[in-house]
Amino acid sequence: MEANRSNRTLLGQLLLLAAGMFAFAIFVMPPLYDLFCEITGLGGKTKGVYEAVEVKIDTSREVEVQFLASNNESMPWVFQPTEHHVVVHPGEARKVTFFAHNTTGRDMVAQAIPSMVPNNTADYFHKTECFCFNNQPLAAGEKAELDLIFIVDPDLPASVNSLTLSYTLFDITDSVSSPVAQLQ
Amino acid sequence: MAHGPAKGIGRWLFTTNHKDIGTLYLWFSFAMFLLGGFFAMVIRAELFQPGMQLVKPEFFNQMTTMHGLVMVFGAIMPAFVGLANWMIPMMIGAPDMALPRMNNLSFWILPFAFAILTSTLFMDGGGPNFGWTFYAPLSTTYAPDSVNYFIFAMHIMGASSIMGSINIIATVMNMRAPGMTYMKMPLFVWTWVITAFLLVAVMPVLAGAVTMMLMDINFGTSFFNAAGGGDPVLFQHVFWFFGHPEVYIIILPAFGVVSQIIPTFSRKPLFGYSSMVYATAAIAFLSFIVWAHHMFTVGMPIAGELYFMYATMLIAVPTGVKVFNWITTMYKGSLTFETPMLFSIAFVILFTFGGFTGLMLSIAAADMQYHDTYFVVAHFHYVMVAGAVFSGTAAIYYWLPKWCGKMYNETMGQVQFWVAFVGFNIAFMPQHFLGLAGMPRRYADYGLQFADWNMVSSVGAFIYGGAQLMLLFNVVMTIRNGKPVSDPKVWEGAEGLEWTVPTPAPYHTFATPPTVK
Amino acid sequence: MPQGVTEVSQAAYDIHMIMVWVCTVIGVGVFGFMFYVMYAHRKSRGAVAENFHENLVVELLWTIVPAIILIVMAVPATTALMKVYNTENPDIDIKVTGYQWKWQYEYVGEGVKFMSELNTSSDEIYGRAPKGEHYLREVTQPLVIPAGKKVRFLITGNDVIHSWWVPDFGVKRDAVPGLFTSAWAKTDQPGIYVGECTELCGLGHAFMPVVVEVKEEAEYNEWLAGKKAEAAEYASTIGKTWTFDELMVRGEEVYTRSCASCHQADGKGIPGVFPALKGSPIALGPPEGHIGILINGVAGTSMQSFADQLSEVDIAAVVHYERNAWGNDVGDVVQPVDVLNYKQNQ
Repeated sequence: MEANRSNRTLLGQLLLLAAGMFAFAIFVMPPLYDLFCEITGLGGKTKGVYEAVEVKIDTSREVEVQFLASNNESMPWVFQPTEHHVVVHPGEARKVTFFAHNTTGRDMVAQAIPSMVPNNTADYFHKTECFCFNNQPLAAGEKAELDLIFIVDPDLPASVNSLTLSYTLFDITDSVSSPVAQLQ
Repeated sequence: MAHGPAKGIGRWLFTTNHKDIGTLYLWFSFAMFLLGGFFAMVIRAELFQPGMQLVKPEFFNQMTTMHGLVMVFGAIMPAFVGLANWMIPMMIGAPDMALPRMNNLSFWILPFAFAILTSTLFMDGGGPNFGWTFYAPLSTTYAPDSVNYFIFAMHIMGASSIMGSINIIATVMNMRAPGMTYMKMPLFVWTWVITAFLLVAVMPVLAGAVTMMLMDINFGTSFFNAAGGGDPVLFQHVFWFFGHPEVYIIILPAFGVVSQIIPTFSRKPLFGYSSMVYATAAIAFLSFIVWAHHMFTVGMPIAGELYFMYATMLIAVPTGVKVFNWITTMYKGSLTFETPMLFSIAFVILFTFGGFTGLMLSIAAADMQYHDTYFVVAHFHYVMVAGAVFSGTAAIYYWLPKWCGKMYNETMGQVQFWVAFVGFNIAFMPQHFLGLAGMPRRYADYGLQFADWNMVSSVGAFIYGGAQLMLLFNVVMTIRNGKPVSDPKVWEGAEGLEWTVPTPAPYHTFATPPTVK
Repeated sequence: MPQGVTEVSQAAYDIHMIMVWVCTVIGVGVFGFMFYVMYAHRKSRGAVAENFHENLVVELLWTIVPAIILIVMAVPATTALMKVYNTENPDIDIKVTGYQWKWQYEYVGEGVKFMSELNTSSDEIYGRAPKGEHYLREVTQPLVIPAGKKVRFLITGNDVIHSWWVPDFGVKRDAVPGLFTSAWAKTDQPGIYVGECTELCGLGHAFMPVVVEVKEEAEYNEWLAGKKAEAAEYASTIGKTWTFDELMVRGEEVYTRSCASCHQADGKGIPGVFPALKGSPIALGPPEGHIGILINGVAGTSMQSFADQLSEVDIAAVVHYERNAWGNDVGDVVQPVDVLNYKQNQ
């Protein structure tokens, strides 16, 4: 009976431990991961909306920013940058546009996913407005000029004088109508 | 007090006896070994000549995938678990494993899992065809319908390994005979305890990877899908965080076996016992922090790539220590070359050779030319086949007399060894040249410049396959017609508690713990 | 391993050979010692076992010396890797996209883009015809780059992960859908260099080789100018992406002059003589089947092949019109390039 009692205590402690592990995984891990990614800059993805701060524009330096556009799988839209490349000063806000055209006979929704080369410069490329922040619905036959406003950080390492920003366009028409998406 | 074994099929279904369960694992793993070997024969038959002669590329991809899955998860891992079950209790003077009923469950879910996995080959759309490493999105968005069964089988198999490892840790921590301190345990027990910790740590990570796959495939999540904000490369990180320790899980028990056999046939204690223990622990620790060396071409930042290169190169140090210790055990011993010793010596030589190619692979700049080619295939077959499988074979010849009380035919054993040794090298040495010449892995067909070495490799593979049938023959003939052995020690140089029990080992041993000085 | 034609391939080769030699020397030493022991210390030769099992000096030596060897190896290994990563300041950017099961090459900023697919016939693969000298090493259009210029490759995947490898360049980089990786090559040696896809990508994994042709700069410029002209012409007709409505308008024109005489303006045909297109299973079915009827005709009937009579643009337009007019409303779009692809894949 004594053994049963202490077994029961142990069981209670272990169940508590298991519950604690679940709570840790659900509530503590995600913020820790976010912090880790923020500090180390790992991930290569450009971040979300950038709140612009007053920065001195470095007129002594020029950085070329090149734009690429790709369609994933059989995404049928026309999708291309209006200008293939621009030259900016670090700290200077610049607007460029991408042209998108739904050439099919049905309404569709797309998501543009950015990728930066060189990969470790993603931290130095700030987007204050980007069509990639939201999904892009276009009706059948509709065309659109999509905006991107960015600032190259003056702290960009001196050895880098060219950046290539690529967008891959994904067809998410089906997933947007799915129950999961509606929950979000 | 102890009963003999129960009668009939019930004995095997309901047994909680570590020897019976060990036997079940060993026969199951051998059946899986033959199944995985059959898939390999299909692969090598198709690759015998350029062009598609026997199977379509879709089916070829299923063969390469299933060969890997069955061999890694169905053959090698259960075989060493079987050896652990048989030998660990006897080696530490314990009557059985700590959790005998869970032991039974750990085994019996395996045939169930592999029946499900194998049945996928007969489903519409075929079985898994995305490689044993099942990278997303090939294994998610583009997978055949059977992928959910694949995931289910992986979960079950993972649960089996986790339960088995818990059992081993609990047994070794709690049930050692009085006087058997940790630093007096046989190396086989040490390597298995360390392996068990590795398993408990990383099998859940694999479970996480396949669960994320399941979510992406069936529930619209985007872990590995860039469209939803995820990343296909995340899959590779999660998989290899499991995958690299996994290969050490495969090899550490093999190190343990060889560390038992070489001293016996050198008639000399293992050289450097403590360093062997520490080296094994060092290898296990390092195995957690090197995973991205499987991903050198994925475009990691250079700092990460350099770190993983240096950390991987470091593993050569403790591994080298072990190799030197084995050889020094033999040095100034009194050597005989029975079949277990032949396999063990071949292990030391060929595993070390595989270790050299592993060191070459760790050099990231050179890996740009090796990655995903036959050079890698050659490397891992040297360490897993000439390494783990040869060690497992050595263990069978070494311990079979203790298990069944009959001695195998030494000439037949030596013949089987040489056929296996020659067949293996003819099969896999040319694959280094193929990789260096530019032939990628998982290729159903190849350019004409790769034809000659492919033909040689296929011939060797068939010879090696034949050697496994000879092994089966040897084992069965021994059990039925082998010369009876009754000396508990069996081998002149054998030391350890397991060699103090009668031969064949009684159903229950060490019901009363021995005292170890 | 080839020495190849770039700084990177040479660096990979050099470090590979260093490793081969180091491992050979160590292997010969260790195994040689082992064979000696197996010979000299056999029981059958009368050897009697000693009992030692520890020696601190020896154990420290064989821990520290290998560690030192590794540290020494790490130096050239590091400089070689730094060369691999040196993608700064390229002269040319090429976007490489891996598809199931072919490559697409795009000359960034030049408007030149094309697919590069395996050119070996399936007859050769399946043994119905003898294998040519370039079996599995030939493509419809190789990637062409100039000698003497630094070329940067921006690599992505269209569907699953592929990997772009040219052994002679020392370049292998994964092509991952949704993100871009980069690599570079610069060579002074014109020639044809063959590589492979090196990441399992489905049933065609072994059937999507990489072929790169390096031309002298002047020849390259000439080639590029030709490709641009081709691209401009193509873009204004076949390669152009037509909208749903543009195709309907053109399609109706083509239908009226080429099809209505038999199939009637209302698409209902003449029962028993000319099939109705309104509600027709072919018009409502997969586009390939529908295109096929126009390209090949229907043997034994008066439906002729229109491949030589109508351009790809006109065939696409009329097929599109037939699929969407009279309440058929399939809703898809058939582009001229689809018709071209159909013709080329026959």
